[in-house]
Amino acid sequence: MATYSTNEFRSGLKLMLDGDPYAIIDNEFVKPGKGQAFNRVKMRNLKNGRVLEKTFKSNESVEAADVVDTDMQYLYTDGEFWHFMKPDNFEQYTAERPSVEDAIKWLKENDICTVTLWNNAPLSVSPPNHVALKIIETDPGVRGDTSSGGNKPAKLETGAVVRVPLFVDQGEIVRVDTRTGEYLGRAAKD
Amino acid sequence: MSNWRPSATRPALELRADCAARIRAYFAAQGVLEVETPMLSVSAPTDPHIHGLATEVTGIGRRWLHSSPEYPMKRLLAAGMGDCFQLARVFRDEERGRLHSPEFTMLEWYRVGWDDHRLMREVDVLIRSVLEGHRSLGETVTLRYDEALALASDEEIAALGRDDEDLIMAAIVTPKLGLDGPCFVTDYPAGQAALARLREDDPRYAGRFEAFLGGIELANGYHELASATEQRRRFEQDNRVREAAGRPTMPLDEDLLAALEYGMPECAGVALGFDRLVLLALGGDDLRDVLSFAP
Repeated sequence: MATYSTNEFRSGLKLMLDGDPYAIIDNEFVKPGKGQAFNRVKMRNLKNGRVLEKTFKSNESVEAADVVDTDMQYLYTDGEFWHFMKPDNFEQYTAERPSVEDAIKWLKENDICTVTLWNNAPLSVSPPNHVALKIIETDPGVRGDTSSGGNKPAKLETGAVVRVPLFVDQGEIVRVDTRTGEYLGRAAKD
Repeated sequence: MSNWRPSATRPALELRADCAARIRAYFAAQGVLEVETPMLSVSAPTDPHIHGLATEVTGIGRRWLHSSPEYPMKRLLAAGMGDCFQLARVFRDEERGRLHSPEFTMLEWYRVGWDDHRLMREVDVLIRSVLEGHRSLGETVTLRYDEALALASDEEIAALGRDDEDLIMAAIVTPKLGLDGPCFVTDYPAGQAALARLREDDPRYAGRFEAFLGGIELANGYHELASATEQRRRFEQDNRVREAAGRPTMPLDEDLLAALEYGMPECAGVALGFDRLVLLALGGDDLRDVLSFAP
């Protein structure tokens, strides 16, 4: 069993606590000149996203969480499971709804996502930061109105709804930032 | 890519040089001798919470990088060298954070014939003369240790998740101290005396003080313990604590004990974190800001 000493703590490090995997967000070393040292750690539960603060005595050891981020291709969903594949060795992984929940509306078949594996099972899925998706539903464009300010909702092929400029039409492919849901521009035509 | 660049700016390094120059000017005017003592020591501190770094010297053997120049400076005092100060680069393992670095600069000085109260007033004067023009300071505040500890509310202690006095002082109380002018904490319980003598009028307390400024622990001073017997007893006690904690025990500094036995004049001494003082002058919040290269 791999462990980390508090001396190795840094943000991003993955730990096990009460059976759940956590990622360190912030690690503060506190020590009075004459006295015991402590690490005050802020960490996120990787299963439910909750943030926890905990104080460790310096030099304590904590079990490492077997958590790795891996690039995988999204294949398809059968409605119950979401299927991903490692492009280098074609190994397939099956994710359940809770781990893909936040990513579902951006997931397009064949896109490369970041899948966080815990003990080799998908724990969470992050879509690519930028995706190119087709608009399947939006009000008709207003001719003559160029890029001056106004926008309208547009539903994308994956189900996400984003604000796009008035001149963008149904059927066009647009680039979107999945972290903010912001329209970035029209995708270059192939 | 290698991050070869300095972590401090040119103005921060100028400020650092200015603070050191002011300290030297202050002590020169006071007739306090600047000294340098060996960084390589035969023994490391026994303090259970200070972890030494060791190296091997060919033909001599294992030497510890000093974690404070205290012991050799006390030998200078015993030899009759009189008031002295040192700006020393010191080393401590397992200390790394916003306000900690495995190597840092310590200002240490001793005043012969003084007690902790008189030295405390000089620390105040020195802090003010170094920070003048760099940071405005309100009035100096003095708190007893139990008064300082009482600044932590029950809710704050509960939120820590651990009821430990060191942790309460470091994590809750310290950030509240010295927010205006320097804050001195006195009357430490005898159990936290370290190398201080116990007060003659009330041996439940140690002749020890700490200085805080801007929520940062800045200095620790003592009415120095001069008894070789008591010093040996405390070293041995420390080693028992180390053993119980699974830490290696440390060889005692027999040269220091011999010097105390010979006779060290009554004196008060203090160690002040120079990098932290520069940080307070700069108004930064991370030692990286005042170190040419962060560790």
